[in-house]
Amino acid sequence: MPAVSKGDGMRGLAVFISDIRNCKSKEAEIKRINKELANIRSKFKGDKALDGYSKKKYVCKLLFIFLLGHDIDFGHMEAVNLLSSNKYTEKQIGYLFISVLVNSNSDLISLINNAIKNDLSSRNPTFMNLALHCIANVGSREMAEAFAAEVPRILVAGDTMDSVKQSAALCLLRLNRTSPDLVLMGEWTARVVHLLNDQHLGVVTAATSLITTLAQKSPEDFKTSVSLAVARLSRIVSSASTDLQDYTYYFVAAPWLSVKLLRLLQCYPPPEDGAIRGRLTECLETILNKAQEPPKSKKVQHSNAKNAVLFEAISLIIHHDSEPTLLVRACNQLGQFLQHRETNLRYLALESMCTLASSEFSHEAVKTHIETVINALKSERDVSVRQRAVDLLYAMCDRSNAKQIVAEMLSYLETADYSIREEIVLKVAILAEKYAVDYTWYVDTILNLIRFAGDYVSDEVWYRVIQIVINRDEVQGYAAKTVFEALQAPACHENLVKVGGYILGEFGNLIAGDSRSSPLIQFDLLHSKFHLCSVPTRALLLSAYIKFINLFPEVKGTIQEVLRSDSQLRNADVELQQRAVEYLRLSSIASTDILATVLEEMPPFPERESSILAKLKRKKGPGNLHPDLDENRKERSANGGTADHSSTTSNAKVLLLSCCLLIRMTHCFLIVTVTSPKVAASPTPSTDLLGLGSTITTQNSAPPASKGTSLLVDVFSENIAAFPVETPVAVGPVADENFSRFVCKNNGVLYENQLLQIGLKSEFRQNLGRMYVFFGNKTSTQFMNFAASVPADPTVDGGAQLQQILNIECMSDFVDAPVLNIQFRYGGTLQNVAVKLPITLNKFFQPTEMTSQDFFQRWKQLGAPQQEVQKIFKAKHSMDTEVTKAKIMGFGAALLDGVDPNPSNFVGAGVIHTKTTQVGCLLRLEPNTQAQMYRLTLRTSRDTVSQRLCDLLSEQF
Amino acid sequence: MIGGLFIYNHKGEVLISRVYRDDIGRNAVDAFRVNVIHARQQVRSPVTNIARTSFFHVKRSNIWLAAVTKQNVNAAMVFEFLYKMCDVMTAYFGKISEENIKNNFVLIYELLDEILDFGYPQNSETGALKTFITQTGIKSQSKEEQSQITSQVTGQIGWRREGIKYRRNELFLDVLESVNLLMSPQGQVLSAHVSGRVVMKSYLSGMPECKFGMNDKIVIDKQGKGGASEEAAAGKSGGGGGKQSIAIDDCTFHQCVRLSKFDAERSISFIPPDGECELMRYRTTKDIILPFRVIPLVREVGRTKLEVKVVIKSNFKPSLLAQKIEVRIPTPLNTSGVQVICMKGKAKYKASENAIVWKIKRMAGMKESQISAEIELLPTNDKKKWARPPISMNFEVPFAPSGLKVRYLKVFEPKLNYSDHDVIKWVRYIGRSGIYETRC
Repeated sequence: MPAVSKGDGMRGLAVFISDIRNCKSKEAEIKRINKELANIRSKFKGDKALDGYSKKKYVCKLLFIFLLGHDIDFGHMEAVNLLSSNKYTEKQIGYLFISVLVNSNSDLISLINNAIKNDLSSRNPTFMNLALHCIANVGSREMAEAFAAEVPRILVAGDTMDSVKQSAALCLLRLNRTSPDLVLMGEWTARVVHLLNDQHLGVVTAATSLITTLAQKSPEDFKTSVSLAVARLSRIVSSASTDLQDYTYYFVAAPWLSVKLLRLLQCYPPPEDGAIRGRLTECLETILNKAQEPPKSKKVQHSNAKNAVLFEAISLIIHHDSEPTLLVRACNQLGQFLQHRETNLRYLALESMCTLASSEFSHEAVKTHIETVINALKSERDVSVRQRAVDLLYAMCDRSNAKQIVAEMLSYLETADYSIREEIVLKVAILAEKYAVDYTWYVDTILNLIRFAGDYVSDEVWYRVIQIVINRDEVQGYAAKTVFEALQAPACHENLVKVGGYILGEFGNLIAGDSRSSPLIQFDLLHSKFHLCSVPTRALLLSAYIKFINLFPEVKGTIQEVLRSDSQLRNADVELQQRAVEYLRLSSIASTDILATVLEEMPPFPERESSILAKLKRKKGPGNLHPDLDENRKERSANGGTADHSSTTSNAKVLLLSCCLLIRMTHCFLIVTVTSPKVAASPTPSTDLLGLGSTITTQNSAPPASKGTSLLVDVFSENIAAFPVETPVAVGPVADENFSRFVCKNNGVLYENQLLQIGLKSEFRQNLGRMYVFFGNKTSTQFMNFAASVPADPTVDGGAQLQQILNIECMSDFVDAPVLNIQFRYGGTLQNVAVKLPITLNKFFQPTEMTSQDFFQRWKQLGAPQQEVQKIFKAKHSMDTEVTKAKIMGFGAALLDGVDPNPSNFVGAGVIHTKTTQVGCLLRLEPNTQAQMYRLTLRTSRDTVSQRLCDLLSEQF
Repeated sequence: MIGGLFIYNHKGEVLISRVYRDDIGRNAVDAFRVNVIHARQQVRSPVTNIARTSFFHVKRSNIWLAAVTKQNVNAAMVFEFLYKMCDVMTAYFGKISEENIKNNFVLIYELLDEILDFGYPQNSETGALKTFITQTGIKSQSKEEQSQITSQVTGQIGWRREGIKYRRNELFLDVLESVNLLMSPQGQVLSAHVSGRVVMKSYLSGMPECKFGMNDKIVIDKQGKGGASEEAAAGKSGGGGGKQSIAIDDCTFHQCVRLSKFDAERSISFIPPDGECELMRYRTTKDIILPFRVIPLVREVGRTKLEVKVVIKSNFKPSLLAQKIEVRIPTPLNTSGVQVICMKGKAKYKASENAIVWKIKRMAGMKESQISAEIELLPTNDKKKWARPPISMNFEVPFAPSGLKVRYLKVFEPKLNYSDHDVIKWVRYIGRSGIYETRC
């Protein structure tokens, strides 16, 4: 490239730059730049034509100002003018400015393109080079559109200079990267391949890069390049270091070209032609041989260049994976590098070995280096190298050395760097499972894992332990014993408590024979950890406790005591509270038979691939050296097999215990729940025992044959198609529009839509009630799989009516009414209806007659402020005295005439009966006909009752 | 409590470094340089927190003063100290510049030892400091003198020594104000305020007791009609309208003023330090006399031309003269040439500042003058519109734009035999422009 001669040096530019450099402060610099910009603007104004020199000078100054970080918004036109100059320096500056400053959507682009076109056809090699460089630098879509056809033509033209060919190849490479769709394969492709035979090594290097990229796009078109590449490679490899003159770098012949050729060969499988194949093998052997030779220079560049070629050759060997001798040699060569003092070499050696380990030919060879690798893991200073060592250990692990490797990794885990701990934990867990011959060893390993690095043990790992323990009878006893021992440590990790709680809950009975681990001791041990754990763990422990009740009836009292304690029964956490309440009820009400059914041992999990593998794959992400080439390589990578990406699956399984319980309980719970509205009124829909709308309980409506535990597991898998019953439509909002009408009466239509009518007839005495529910099919077709909250007849004939009787008992005062869920299949679709049952507190009212004196005496006794609730509200209906009287009586209270001094007021009295207590209630209703308002006052011995009754009654007027 | 104090030049080289507390390490010096002085983006906040260390800085020309602390100090105190430090340095060796600081570094360390003790600010009164920190070499003081200095510095009136004698008792009072304005193109005042200082230079014998009075609204209202005659006497020097009293929004006083007395009776009485001191600082926002009105007229003629016409009107008594008037008219960033015509003064296009600067030496009240300019523009491919920054103005007028007037300054010295009438008093008003801008 012609240098800028002395006479051509721009003095003004030099002065300007030195001025800027001498500026003392930022402000001074900005002032100087402003001044210069104003000067350039006045020069560019176009009154007088500028000569090429000054144009060049000012454009240079603008470039310099731009590079200092200021915005330049003019001068583009002048730069474009420079492009048409005949002087090299002016043209060069013009192109420089365009490359740096012109953005692709500029309106000058057509002018620029025109200038470039002129230069490309000029036959002057320097100008052509400049133009090609500019195209490559800008690389915009417009450029690609304009020149995608032109550049290949220049590339393959016979009379093009070598340097231009080189530029054209690289320019085309760039265009192919930015807009691959515009670079079309044509007849030039065949001729491009022949550039590999070019005399000029520079052209060959550029062409190899281009061909490698294009070959990935369309391998077929460039198949012929393999033989040429091999020929070229063998010529380079076999040449003496002095042969290639300019292309010998520190005694290594054309290292860059060699590396590129080797990469190109990695795009294709091993050549089929024996001769070529032999030649390639020869080349690779020569490269491996050369690595053994003593270095020709002590300079680091020499060894770098040599090793670059060597590693690329090894990559190719691994890619071909067909020559056992070469693979073993490569492995041995890498083994030497493992102990090299250069850290980079050790890293690369470990990384390459990782891929080598997956090849069947070299796996054994890799294994011979196990000691070195383990040593590297322990003594290496650089964490990234240690990470590679872990990868390699993982890759080289098999049945024969699994125990040793897992033990080493476990011991390393204690000192490992925090950033890689989780990955090591996953790897240990996978290896332990994969190569476990003896499941006691597996259990030991995982428990140790949790002990050493509990924080890094993800949920997947411990889910997996439990899956395995449950599926294998032979380890259950051992696992119970081991976790029991592990839990005895004064401080143990929460994950260990989880595993311990689960396993002891399932298999605690297997070790209960030993007096050192009697049921009570087991329970105490678990419960001693209870208060240190987070909510999910506590929930799990509660489930374990209820399982204990089934396993060991002798500890029932102790456990009930724990469940009954305020810290459980009134826990702030809804989940814990609910579990405590439900388990307590379950343990006190259900018979041992029911308990045994509900709390039966978990069924085995279906065998499917470990979710930990999926997790490890996610963690790894893209981290390899050549993103271009690794697609095919990845598939052969160590992990092997595919994992289903259902991370949710295992998650769901943890819930299994409690959910399974739920399902098994449903049919025996119905009586319990209906008779105890307070329980039914639990706030979370998913745990609502009556909530038949949730996925779990749809099972209940299925034919009894499918109501098995084996199916339960599939509820949580994503494989919905395996379901005998389609997923139900979502539960609609709970219908309660008729609810308030039933406050003062007991019979009527509760719910009606175009398909279904629900009628109601109920009677109440004291704290007991009976409710008849009539389901009427309004259509002419049959409802299939009909299910209400009580197991009803699975079919309802068209026009037919079905009756259901509910027995109700009021346990204590309550607010929310139970919900009746109805499900049936009409036509093809599943219908869901949720109706609030009109069971309200006032239904348990017994009227009491009393005199005026009695009334006011009691009225005064109930004078505490929390006992009285008063509400003033506007009348919604006409204020008819008779209707009001009827309503109060319907509400359940006795209407006392002549008690209140004001005859227009209404006074009532009654007693609410619940199972445990009786609550006396007095009420007083004062209508104001002028204002159309009522004042309702309620006094009862319980504040909650007063409030609820007041709310109920006030809505009636 | 200040942990250390550093002074840097514009390149970030440390000129003075004084560390008072052990929690400030050596790397704090570099932290400030890297994160503030050499920051990629200009740091605008005067307080910077780097690695749990706070840096408070002020900049005087090219010099950075930074106070460093690791504690939760009163930031206002630290800045007050830094400003005081600047004042002290100015009083000792004039302008704060790199050269002056390098030449006086021994003196500065001596001062720093005196005015900061373990990070706690001490007496920073220049007058007091000058009695024991001198620049005239080591002059051994007699025992008597030393004990006198000690008693004075530690005494109740630390800012004035006893036994001062002048043949002529003189007193100079300067009211210095800067007026800030932002006005819309239509002449609507968007914001305006005046910040003022009363600077006193006294050459009085003995320990005189002074009393200062001004037309503070609260005092005038309190006195009612009783003080009318006094006002007539004092109200002559004003430039603007016939305002009787002004409302002061807030004010601060020199430490010599008895604040208890001000709180109780709103009278300002004090024993002044010898020489110059800033008696009070104040701020007003109501009824400000705006000395100049700027009327801009900008017309865009096509894409390549801009016509600007600016009229300025002076708005005060015709007998007064404003000085050093400078109008700065910003020009667009793609200006390629400017022609200016003005009736009065000199106007020039300054490319380095992207503005036309119009200077007028003197201008009397109730006059007007105008400038017109033709600006040629270079068409650019940039679609951004010119933001039209406001036209700013600088000037100096011989009255107080806030309307403040000195009503009296009485001097009593019971021990010596000179009375209030014997003291020669001079009062001067100077109003300067602060940020005085008009949008166009």
